[in-house]
Amino acid sequence: MLRVSGFFVALAFACLFAADISITTLDPWTEMQRMGLGVVTPDFTAVSDIGWVLVRTVAFAFCGVALGAVGGFLLSQLFHYGPVRWACAFVRAIHELFWALIFLQMFGLTPLTGVLAIALPYAGICAKVYAETLEEGDQRAVKILAPGTDILSAFLYARLPGVWVHIRNYTSYRFECGLRSSAVLGFVGLPTLGFYLETAFSEGNYSEAAALMILFYIMIASLRLWMRPKLIGLYAIVAPFFLGGGFSIEMSNIKRFFTIDIVPAPLRGEALDSMNTWSQFADWVWFISVDMAVPGIIATVLLTQIALVGTGVLALLMFPLISKKFFGPVGRSIGHGFLVVVRSTPEFILAYIFLQLWGPSMLPAIVALALHNGAIIGHLMGRFSDEVKLRPDHARGQNLYGFEMLPRIYGQFLAYLFYRWEVIMRETAILGILGIATLGFFIDSALSEIRIDRAMFLIVVTAALNIGIDILSRRIRRHLHLSDEARQLKNPA
Amino acid sequence: MTLRFKLTDEDFGYRGDIVLRDISIEINAGERIALVGQSGAGKSTLISILQARYAADTAFVPQDLGLVPTLSVFHNIYMGALQRNSVVRNLLNLVWPRPADIALIQPIAEQLGIGEKLFVKVGELSGGQQQRTAICRAIFHGGDACLGDEPVSANDQHQSRVIMDALTTSFDTVVLAMHDIDLALEYSTRIIGIKDQSIALDVAADQVTRTDLNTLYVK
Repeated sequence: MLRVSGFFVALAFACLFAADISITTLDPWTEMQRMGLGVVTPDFTAVSDIGWVLVRTVAFAFCGVALGAVGGFLLSQLFHYGPVRWACAFVRAIHELFWALIFLQMFGLTPLTGVLAIALPYAGICAKVYAETLEEGDQRAVKILAPGTDILSAFLYARLPGVWVHIRNYTSYRFECGLRSSAVLGFVGLPTLGFYLETAFSEGNYSEAAALMILFYIMIASLRLWMRPKLIGLYAIVAPFFLGGGFSIEMSNIKRFFTIDIVPAPLRGEALDSMNTWSQFADWVWFISVDMAVPGIIATVLLTQIALVGTGVLALLMFPLISKKFFGPVGRSIGHGFLVVVRSTPEFILAYIFLQLWGPSMLPAIVALALHNGAIIGHLMGRFSDEVKLRPDHARGQNLYGFEMLPRIYGQFLAYLFYRWEVIMRETAILGILGIATLGFFIDSALSEIRIDRAMFLIVVTAALNIGIDILSRRIRRHLHLSDEARQLKNPA
Repeated sequence: MTLRFKLTDEDFGYRGDIVLRDISIEINAGERIALVGQSGAGKSTLISILQARYAADTAFVPQDLGLVPTLSVFHNIYMGALQRNSVVRNLLNLVWPRPADIALIQPIAEQLGIGEKLFVKVGELSGGQQQRTAICRAIFHGGDACLGDEPVSANDQHQSRVIMDALTTSFDTVVLAMHDIDLALEYSTRIIGIKDQSIALDVAADQVTRTDLNTLYVK
């Protein structure tokens, strides 16, 4: 384990030399002071209909996650078919924001775009988790069923009840993720929190931005109070009505998207039996690969590796903050408060804030990714460390940390970290939309030039990269015998 | 007499190890069989072989009970009859138990002393009550024959008799793996003893004594 860790740390240092981490803003300190002032003077009246912003954010999250969960559940029943598994791996390898950018081309700025952008990747991930949960569930009751029992009754009586709690917990965890996704979708123009946050930031109105963020934290922290099983039916009925207007979807746009937009430019309307067409197509592939895909992949991988190690370092530093073994109740509640805020803030928003402070380079992205993911893993490890049994005369302070705790939980830590690797890479790609030259940057540029064929090519490259990292991470976990330990991460509730 | 269960010259293995060798059994309708022998002798294997062969028309109480802990006693008992009823009726019962089905299941549960627990989740019951729930399910499954693997193991003497009474009156033919020799002698018509991977003893219950059976338990 230490060899692997050492290799990753060394790799991250090498990447750090190749990466651009300069601060390019002229006066980051003044800006930081203004932001700090905004945080302590939140202005809840600045956005005229701030309540509706939150309601819409919840509505998008609810509709998207509900659709994704139902779709995922149906797909989980077919998950033993290879093509279904591959399709799920593909849709979940593409970030919600990329899906939103794709659906924007088809449906425009309509609620359907936002809902599908969440529903599709969530269906992919839910299908996988539900299928695995059902597979690991107790099968003994199935064996006593008499032959001739219909499939549906057998499933609902003998298989589902045993795993229902896990599925429910996982789905409610997904809903929390959905709230973050929904908020971030505002950055591409949908009327959720992110839209108003971006407006507030770009106008330098930090009191307004602070108010929005504070309400967002309250919303996530109070999730258990208002997301009750009994209310879900009611939400399902009303949520679609709170998605905002703009339902006019033009079939011609959808048709154009599939028949013209995504067809590579050299092939559009050309004779497909001509050698010339295909040689132009080869040039097109070569051009996108060399000029966009390769630099994008390099930047994405560099950033991911640095952020991964940064996440690990921060998680190791932060987990004692919430551990009963290290801090008393007062210290722990401060630790909890800090970790909740950092992990509730989507990486995208953190990166956006740091970008305002330090200007475009990899630094804001690295710090944002490391903070957010470090807080998530730190939280899980803190709870895990509480379970560790120590002898009564155990060492204290640094010695407790170094000799007793770390050796015991390091395997768990690596399992969490490698699980998070793919998530970090997916986020890294998407941060390109903010101007950092990862794959997302090239995708966003291609879309703004209305070269959708290029964007689709790059999105597929991004998905392939993610799937590759996922496979690599699984190999490493298996090599280190970590796979079982990481299961907990799927059910963090 | 009609033949109810039959195996002829068969070997049964589990993961490459032979557990039972050269087994031939004929069981007639109306017989009450006790399978006895040391733990690991192959009783469970024999029961599960018979279950696999005759699943279509035989009630079954497995050793692990096969209950769903998050469902109520009513639902677990009702699971014995899922194959008889329509999907719609099954689904309705899952959400909102029908009075007609409660009326069918209530007396069976009462007979086994769990009538008051009908709408308690099985996971909240004691081991003995869970075992009796599985017995009720087998009775509700119905039919003329029942296979059981240690169906009284989690209950005291009194409750064990309640279970044995219920099984022997509900089913014409029963084949039960038992570890309680006295109970086996009292309730069965025929004893089959298993030792060293094969049938070592097969006699009428009234022609065998407790000491005869002890030979099955010495190496």
